[in-house]
Amino acid sequence: MAIVSLDGGRSDMAIRKYDREAVRRSRERRSRQRTLRHFSLHLLLILLLIVMLYPVIWMALSSLRPEDEIFGGLGLIPKTWTLQNYITGWFLFGDRTFGDFFINSFIIAGLAVVGNLVACSMAAYAFARLNFRLKWFWFALMLGSIMLPIHAQLIPQYIFFLRIGWVDTFLPLVLPKFLATDAFFVFLMVQFMRSLPPELEQAAMIDGASYWQRYWRIILPLSMPALVTTAVFTFINTYNDFFSQLIYLTNTDQMTVPVALRLFLDPSGGTSSFGGLFAMVLVSIGPVLGFFLASQRLLVRGIATQGFK
Amino acid sequence: MASVTLDNLTKNYGGGAINAVQNLDLEIADGEFLVLVGPSGCGKSTALRMIAGLEEITDGAVWIGDEFVNDVHPKDRDIAMVFQNYALYPHMTVYNNIAFALQLARVPKDEIDRRVREAAGILELDDYLKRRPGQLSGGQRQRVAMGRAIVRQPSVFLMDEPLSNLDAKLRVQMRAEIAALQHRLGVTTVYVTHDQVEAMTMGDRVALLKDGVLQQVDTPSRIYDVPANLFVAAFIGSPTMNLYQVDFLSGSGGEPSIRLGGSTLDLPKAVLAHRPGLARYVGKPIVAGIRPEDIRRAEDTGGAASIVGKAELLEALGSDMIAHLSIDARAVQVSSSDSLEGISATEVEGGSARCVARLSARSRIRLGDIVSVVFDRERFHFFDPETGEAIWN
Repeated sequence: MAIVSLDGGRSDMAIRKYDREAVRRSRERRSRQRTLRHFSLHLLLILLLIVMLYPVIWMALSSLRPEDEIFGGLGLIPKTWTLQNYITGWFLFGDRTFGDFFINSFIIAGLAVVGNLVACSMAAYAFARLNFRLKWFWFALMLGSIMLPIHAQLIPQYIFFLRIGWVDTFLPLVLPKFLATDAFFVFLMVQFMRSLPPELEQAAMIDGASYWQRYWRIILPLSMPALVTTAVFTFINTYNDFFSQLIYLTNTDQMTVPVALRLFLDPSGGTSSFGGLFAMVLVSIGPVLGFFLASQRLLVRGIATQGFK
Repeated sequence: MASVTLDNLTKNYGGGAINAVQNLDLEIADGEFLVLVGPSGCGKSTALRMIAGLEEITDGAVWIGDEFVNDVHPKDRDIAMVFQNYALYPHMTVYNNIAFALQLARVPKDEIDRRVREAAGILELDDYLKRRPGQLSGGQRQRVAMGRAIVRQPSVFLMDEPLSNLDAKLRVQMRAEIAALQHRLGVTTVYVTHDQVEAMTMGDRVALLKDGVLQQVDTPSRIYDVPANLFVAAFIGSPTMNLYQVDFLSGSGGEPSIRLGGSTLDLPKAVLAHRPGLARYVGKPIVAGIRPEDIRRAEDTGGAASIVGKAELLEALGSDMIAHLSIDARAVQVSSSDSLEGISATEVEGGSARCVARLSARSRIRLGDIVSVVFDRERFHFFDPETGEAIWN
């Protein structure tokens, strides 16, 4: 009790007793409560995850069972395991394999990515950094076009492309991208470029850089997060775009993955190949997933920088 | 190398509603280091940016050497600029940052390499050439910005508050380095700052701006010792000059004196000889200024007529002690961001005014002590209370 008293009477005040055992019991009780709380929360989340993923898991496992077993029940585990659906799906279209559709999809998506990156970044640089007459009017007009429903543009666009003979080619799907028609991506990049310090360009200007050199050597490399965001979303949007590709590509030579997947089903009541469909759907998810994962780090940076969610 | 001449340089914004720079006339000699100083928003950076060609000129002319450059593109003005935030290209290495201008000018590669390494050597950046700006400290980034400027061997350096992002210690070091570098290279330099210490220590001459109007341009010591008006007097010097409203009197024998609060201070006749204009103010109120270092404790000076004050705040700096005394006087305050009309005589409660004195560090003063101080009367500054202009002739 009597430790060292430096100041006479004050020692009684300085020394306090506490029940170490009670403190330990209280700490253990709190720890047990915390573990229980975490366990319950995780259990709930896992259950929700299963509910949400069940259709995908079911589809994935169904692609590994024989065709006649697919709708036999809602059970997950196949009675017979087979890769036949993948073979059937891949070779279903006579002299064409599913690989041809992948190539078509990649060509369209790849060109769309290049088009959007080149054209949207140039348009964005102009809006963000150059001064020209009625700049704000043009910018507002461009933003307004985001609100125009795609269905309202579809028919006049189709008629236009039909007249100039571009239907059944990739051109209607690719060429507009080189004209900065995706206003959202222009907007995204304008916002990003505006956040770059103007002194960088002024320094480059004094260093002797032309407009083009400032855009190409200063602004573009620094806009990488916005460019990656644009590339990823353009790729995913184009790769998954069923509607436009269905309208403009009727010939099997140009057919793409989303349109080809529809061919597995016969809406007139004939034979549908669900096994093949499931197998090819799974295969077709691969590139998107890969592209997404590869650019995830930069993508998150781009979105975070812009405050977009 | 080249001189820089600003002739009636004017910049208005909003169709003339805001005058950022008004009729600025300046001659900066070849190889001179001129510091443009003033409070925030006084137009100093705008003036610099007009010299650089980054800002359109509303009126007037800029000459670099013998060339009229109003309509010359920034890249063709043979200038290099160091920005406040350095404006280093974050995606390039230090080497490429420094080499960028030379690469654009299509200088041969080995020549670029030689010049970049030479600049890096001068600035002690040799070990950092492969790093990116993000991997450097503030001082190193500042050096890269300097490197980018010197590698081009321009006729004129323009520097826009290049040290304001550095911590106090580094700022002192870089201040000396920049001044030494400029001296060594002999390149005409226009340096913008709001820091009066930088202005006083670095420049061959200092130009003081306020609300876009040039107040005074002179050597640092002349700016300090012979301020042209109240604003300059109050802006330059730390602690700032003590300014009081006094009555100027003249005795029967012509010996001048001033009445400061309840005391009358006799002035040496030489004061009137130096400032004949004071004769016009006999019997009238004027503004008298005295710098803190021109005030001493009465006991140190052998008991000349002294002013008595109560110590209200003491700041021991180690080398000196800054004593804030309340004395019987009417203080004049100059708000640095207001115009000269902002001069006002303010009376602290009980008819006392603040007097800041730089005393010896060994002064044994405690808060609340009554202290007798003596003003060095030859060092008084006098200003017209209406115009704020210094009274000379």
